[in-house]
Amino acid sequence: MNTLLNDLATKFDAVTWEESHGQDVARVPPDEWYLFAAAAKDGGFEVCVDVTAVDWMRQRPERYEVVANLLSMEHRTRLRMITTVGRDDPTVASLTPLWPGANYAEREVYDMFGISFEGHPDLTRILMPDDWEGHPLRKDFGVGSVPVQFKTSHQVS
Amino acid sequence: MPDEKTVDLWVAGTEEPQFSPTDEGAQEFGPDESEARLADQFGRVIDDDYLFDDEVAEDERSVINMGPQHPSTHGVLRLQLELEGEVIRRSKPIVGYLHTGMEKTAEQLTFAQGPTNVTRMDYLAPFHGELAYSLAVERLLDVVVPPRAAAIRILMTELNRVSSHLVALATNGMDIGAVSMMIYGFRERESILAFFEKSTGLRMNHNYIRPGGVAADLHPGWRDDVAAILDDLPGRLRLYDDLLKDNPIWMARTQGVGIIQPEEAVAFSVTGPALRAAGVDWDIRKAFPYSGIEQYEFDVPVGENGDVYDRYRVRVEEIHESLKIVEQVTEAMPKGDYRIDDAKITPPPRARIDESMEALIHHFKLFTEGFKVPAGETYVAVESPRGELGCYLVSDGGASAYRMHTRAPSFYNLQALPIAMADSLVADTVATIASMDPVMGDVDR
Repeated sequence: MNTLLNDLATKFDAVTWEESHGQDVARVPPDEWYLFAAAAKDGGFEVCVDVTAVDWMRQRPERYEVVANLLSMEHRTRLRMITTVGRDDPTVASLTPLWPGANYAEREVYDMFGISFEGHPDLTRILMPDDWEGHPLRKDFGVGSVPVQFKTSHQVS
Repeated sequence: MPDEKTVDLWVAGTEEPQFSPTDEGAQEFGPDESEARLADQFGRVIDDDYLFDDEVAEDERSVINMGPQHPSTHGVLRLQLELEGEVIRRSKPIVGYLHTGMEKTAEQLTFAQGPTNVTRMDYLAPFHGELAYSLAVERLLDVVVPPRAAAIRILMTELNRVSSHLVALATNGMDIGAVSMMIYGFRERESILAFFEKSTGLRMNHNYIRPGGVAADLHPGWRDDVAAILDDLPGRLRLYDDLLKDNPIWMARTQGVGIIQPEEAVAFSVTGPALRAAGVDWDIRKAFPYSGIEQYEFDVPVGENGDVYDRYRVRVEEIHESLKIVEQVTEAMPKGDYRIDDAKITPPPRARIDESMEALIHHFKLFTEGFKVPAGETYVAVESPRGELGCYLVSDGGASAYRMHTRAPSFYNLQALPIAMADSLVADTVATIASMDPVMGDVDR
């Protein structure tokens, strides 16, 4: 862990750190999500590469994980910050005020998982149609199928 | 005699209209041919004094819709442009018309089947999607591919970068009116696709780079084919430079158009040529090398102004750099196996299936159940022709991905489009879109 992350680690006691296949992962409590991100941005992570989510359904006490990939170009360091979001009222603070680049990504997570981002300027569906019901990447959303009508074959005489 | 002041009157019985010439509507450049005045006349610089009037009320702005079925939006991109006269004040990209739920599909497919899915995301750079996915699976499996497999991957992805950039040049040219560039770009790309077809069997959507290596060894005589491409392309690129580089029409249409400042590019998570054209020296291949790309020598071309012209130049320079890498890979291609020798991950050779029961079982298990991947999560990024293409992969220990998310570079680059187009002319819209080179299959997935 380099100095960039050490500074962050000393500031936030509630954050647990782990290493996943050589990558630094910070598990952040949901109420510190924005504060931690702001501190990370001040600490040198100038790019928010990606925001996404994972639906753990019943495998974990908190159903969703929101994952943000940060990047420091100057220090050539990546940091993945993960927080948990509960089943009822899935809401977490938006990172768009910090990094405008998180805008579309959070809209996609909202569209696909139904997780709301507080403080997002324009939280609407982005990939699915506006009148779509449900959030497709949730595990309880079926893959579905299109009914095909087969005509009964008959011998042509 | 007709009056001196009479204009535009056709008098019966005469062969010519009776009017005296006036200066009205004459297109005469003034005696002041300074750089600033010329830039103003050519429309490169927009003088806010007469184009933007603070008094303009909200309802004097008009909103026009562009796309999704517009030939120069590069697929099904839709834009809403808020115009004031001919100037775009605000714009909003609307995406999702090509959304096919590939991330959901990835949860149904086994890890062995995964590349067939991701290769269809960015259809102009299929190898990069496969590579990011395969690297992520391999990292979760904790395996390392043989050197030959890694070298083949670099060879294929760098050739793919060339073919993708050629399409970007071609479509960028066509959108601005350099239609011959369209034909040239696609012609040269075809020679690279023909090479891909010989090794992978397909021109696009190869499913060639797979977890554990590549699907097949390079075809016999591949060195000659690569040499032919390396001989041919630099000369062709010089011709295109003759065509475009100092072409005054091309420069007038592209210089100072669609500018993205470096700070904006970083804030909006723009990556790839669009970021480098803004002057930010950032390339995943240098910062976080993958598949042994650090062994090869190449430079990262960087622009200055972040306009359409610089993005075009960066792409051309990147083609040269990629060809350099391809040349080095061809010379240093290691001998050995093109996939790891682990029957649990890669299928046995076809000949062994006929003689070995074990091989048959492995083959059957691999193509029905796939292989299990230890639980964990990882993020792997590669430098695709459009920027950072990342794969966030979560496994719960099963044979198919629990969650597969692709960080699509076009999706993030599109966010900067309203910034690049703000306060520019409607006519420059297509030039700006083309220079960002969005692939809608990558955006919508």
